[in-house]
Amino acid sequence: MLARVLVIDDDAAIRRLLRNTLERAGYAVVEAVNGRDALAQAAAHHPGAILLDLGLPDRDGLSLIPLLRGPDSGVLLVVSAREATEEKVTALDLGADDYVTKPFDTEELLARLRVALRHRGTSETTTKIIQKGDLTIDLDSRTVRRAGEALHLTRKEHEVLAVLARHIGRVVTHERIIAAAWGTDEDPRIEYLRIVIRNLRQKLEAPGPVGSVIANELGVGYRLRSD
Amino acid sequence: MGRSESGRPDPDALLRHAAQEGRGRLKIFLGAAPGVGKTYEMLSDGAVQRAEGRDVVVGVVETHGRAETEALLRGQEIIPRRAVPYEGHVLYEMDLDVVLERAPQLVLVDELAHTNTSGSRHAKRFQDVEELLAAGIDVYSTLNIQHIESLNDVVASFTRVRVRETVPDSILDMAEIEVVDIPPDELIARLKAGKVYLPREATRALTHFFSKSNLSALRELALRRAAQAVDAQMLDHVRALGVGGTWAASERIVVALSEQPGADGLVRAAKRIADALHAPWTAVFIETSRAQCFGEDEHRRIAAVMNLATQLGGVVATVPATSIVDGLKAYLTDARATQLIVGKSKRSRWFELRHGSVVDRVVRETPGVAVHVLPLEAPPTRNDRPHIRSPWGSRSGYAWTTAMVAGITAIASGLFHVLDLGNVTLLYLLPVMVAATLFGLRTGLFAGIASSLAYNFFFLPPTGTLTVSNPENVISIIVLLGVAIATSQLTARVRAQADIASSSARTNAALAGFLRRLTPLGDPIELGRAICEDVARLFGLRTVLLVPHGGELSLQAASGKGYDLETMELAAAQWAFDTGAPAGKGSGTLAASDWYFQPLRAGDKTLGVLGLAKEDGGDPLRADQLPLLTGLVDQAALALERLRLEEEMRDVDAVRTRDRLRQALLSSVSHDLRTPLTAVIAAADQLDHGATPDLIATIKAESARLNRFVANLLDMARVEAGALKLNIEATDLSDAVTSAAHDARRPLEGHPLRLDVPPDLPLVRVDPQLLHHCLLNLLDNAGRYGDPGTEIVIEGRHLFGHLRLAVLDQGPGLPPGREAEVFETFRRLEGSDRIVGGTGLGLAIVKAFAEAMGMSVEARNRDDRSGASFALIFPASLIVRDVAQESVS
Repeated sequence: MLARVLVIDDDAAIRRLLRNTLERAGYAVVEAVNGRDALAQAAAHHPGAILLDLGLPDRDGLSLIPLLRGPDSGVLLVVSAREATEEKVTALDLGADDYVTKPFDTEELLARLRVALRHRGTSETTTKIIQKGDLTIDLDSRTVRRAGEALHLTRKEHEVLAVLARHIGRVVTHERIIAAAWGTDEDPRIEYLRIVIRNLRQKLEAPGPVGSVIANELGVGYRLRSD
Repeated sequence: MGRSESGRPDPDALLRHAAQEGRGRLKIFLGAAPGVGKTYEMLSDGAVQRAEGRDVVVGVVETHGRAETEALLRGQEIIPRRAVPYEGHVLYEMDLDVVLERAPQLVLVDELAHTNTSGSRHAKRFQDVEELLAAGIDVYSTLNIQHIESLNDVVASFTRVRVRETVPDSILDMAEIEVVDIPPDELIARLKAGKVYLPREATRALTHFFSKSNLSALRELALRRAAQAVDAQMLDHVRALGVGGTWAASERIVVALSEQPGADGLVRAAKRIADALHAPWTAVFIETSRAQCFGEDEHRRIAAVMNLATQLGGVVATVPATSIVDGLKAYLTDARATQLIVGKSKRSRWFELRHGSVVDRVVRETPGVAVHVLPLEAPPTRNDRPHIRSPWGSRSGYAWTTAMVAGITAIASGLFHVLDLGNVTLLYLLPVMVAATLFGLRTGLFAGIASSLAYNFFFLPPTGTLTVSNPENVISIIVLLGVAIATSQLTARVRAQADIASSSARTNAALAGFLRRLTPLGDPIELGRAICEDVARLFGLRTVLLVPHGGELSLQAASGKGYDLETMELAAAQWAFDTGAPAGKGSGTLAASDWYFQPLRAGDKTLGVLGLAKEDGGDPLRADQLPLLTGLVDQAALALERLRLEEEMRDVDAVRTRDRLRQALLSSVSHDLRTPLTAVIAAADQLDHGATPDLIATIKAESARLNRFVANLLDMARVEAGALKLNIEATDLSDAVTSAAHDARRPLEGHPLRLDVPPDLPLVRVDPQLLHHCLLNLLDNAGRYGDPGTEIVIEGRHLFGHLRLAVLDQGPGLPPGREAEVFETFRRLEGSDRIVGGTGLGLAIVKAFAEAMGMSVEARNRDDRSGASFALIFPASLIVRDVAQESVS
């Protein structure tokens, strides 16, 4: 039996769709139609995952995030029709694990949910060695190998890759990456991050379309693919 | 006059009635003399009203210590008077603002003709009363007959007491009048019993005033005036309702003004005659070349007389002409006047013999006009004669003339042996004509006399003496003098005409130039500035233009560097704006202001206020400048009005365009939403009979199309609402292209996509979200219009400083010559068969977003004609310069 998922959405059709999708994938589903209901259901059922719609009738979904997130609560995915990137960043900063924009691809939703659950209970991956395809990233010894062969990364490249690797599968906002790699005192700029990502991709990704290792999240941040 | 005409309501009268609605009503207790009991009557009437439950207050009442009157004041609500310090004393005036704020139904205001202390809002109490009436408050007031403007000099003529405080007749015409009347004997008895208050210092002068004959005459005047007011109101009422056929005879009265003292009597007479005939009247000043020789006194007198005429309800006009008679004749014809009032000055018989009487010529030359000739009564003062440019000519003129005569004498003596005597006379004509032409009559006469003397002395036998031996030679001398006179007269007239012509040409040129400068201006600030500068230049004044902004007047423009206006000036400007009448210095209202404010009116709207002030703080305008100012102000108001109308038109146009777009959008939206929905619903129905990959693909594709369409609608709404918020950040185009290719995989189904974007393209500064939408729409467009199964390419190139990101399809391409049209809203290219659905909203959004980010768009056919190419062009300014290596390593 997989985790219990709390679906918070005021629209019955969306709730039915999510229930069908999730139950078919083996999850147990609990529903809530508004913010108050959501807090009650969360307290009663301790769901392993929460799918939260931001447009609720009784309160702004964003304000629910800190209330639903606790030290031992489940993962929280925002599912919203709102497209503004600032809102996504805010949701992530408030503690959401990921977000999915409506209308969504059900397969993609399930994949995001799986990734989030895999890293449940920890905001950062504790494993020091991350394996992805033929890449091995050793966070302690600061080495990256592809098929056993060591790759040379610059200091910044390594720090950016490290912060992405610690959150593998999840979005890390530009601000957080920049803060981790450049600190706050160096007049950090997003141009630097773009260039470092571009260099990392050239070293890590196979020829072809960009983003097979490091995926871009439009206007929000980057994600190290976990599959 | 036909019946249909006589039964028609008079629009003017209706307007007057309409204007009365909402205004307070005025009741005047009119008395023939002080002491008849007006105040007592007013107070008792007020007490009755109060007893009947109306809200009555006493604004100002002078009891002069009389017990009966004071008794009536008891129990009344009295508004405390305002203390006004004046030259070391404290005077008490009615507190207008407190009364206005208290807003009673009826206020009692004694002594309508009272003059307020300087520094009050209005110069006269009747103006206070007008403001109260305008605020919807009823007013009771008192007035003595000799204070009525048009009767002022009539009363003075038999009582020999002239009062300076007068009230315009128009006030009486709108008031209900109650004559407070007691027989003269009784009044005299009261006077003797000390029951009539008279100022102590005036007692002796006034004793004559209270003779029985005077009182009888005054009483008759009061009754007649009251009857006339009732008559006028009745007539107004009848006209407004359009009943009856008693139209006033179409009399038109013109009074000719002159600069001479006593012209004010003419104006009052005109008012009386006009009132008696119920006829409109005009006061006209004929401006001839004389006017240019006028001094300050003359100008001031004309201004005063014109003001008086305006106050008495007349129309004022200034007509430039070569002579008074010609100007008057022309004006009378134009105005279709039936009666003319002229003054006859007491000139000497000699003057009339020389110049002819203006009056006689007017009577002779304007048949059909009744002419009233009134004596101009005013004690002539020493400064009475206008300061006319000395007719004696200049000293240098005489010197030149003498020199010329001497020269001719010398030449003639030199040539005497070849000339006969007659030809010498001809030679002497030369200096006479030159002197008369250049220096005027007297210098010409001097030349004639000098020439004849020289001729007589040097050439006429016996030479060397001033005797004339031959009668023929007398004729030569007379001819010389005659030529001098004739030439100088002729020249003087020509010059006068030229002066007048150039003066009115100057006025016309000023007006035309003003209009020409204002016409092309489309910006209110520039227009205001042009108005201020021009008026300032033409009159040598400081000017400001105030226009209403959100309910308050604010400075729109000023001449020079602009000026600060004090509270008093702002109050005057506000007053001029609210009432549509001039205010400030030189007018009757708030005259303590340093500025004079003239409202700019177009139609029944006041658009702003033009303020004028003189550098030295004097009166800004002379009366003869008023017509030009009025002309300029009218033009300025029209120009402002034109601008306002243009703005309105633009607004209407914009609304219309928006409406048309909305219409087009609605019709295409309903089509574009329904088509995919129909497909989805139909496919979903079919699912009951078993899902086939085909049905599922249809549902997915059509839903994706719907989704894209809704996103576009939202984007368009953001663009249209101007709510496009940009989040510009350095963006990697390979990221942008990859994301777009991922999100556009549905509409691109069946088309292989090739990304030809070099990884080393520089970063660009754009809003990634908007760029994403641009790319999605371009890919969607390529998927829809590209031939099925053909390859779609995204191509990025860094060329000549700019960066170009193009989406290439293979298909029919665009109609040649109309490539750019594809970016217009709702444009689907007809003439090509590329109508596969979609509103064309997508490409319009691409253009709007791209331009919002500082990029441009380009649509053309591919060089090898294999399809279309849509490109986003990033100018060099959006390209991020190389990033320092140490920041990224």
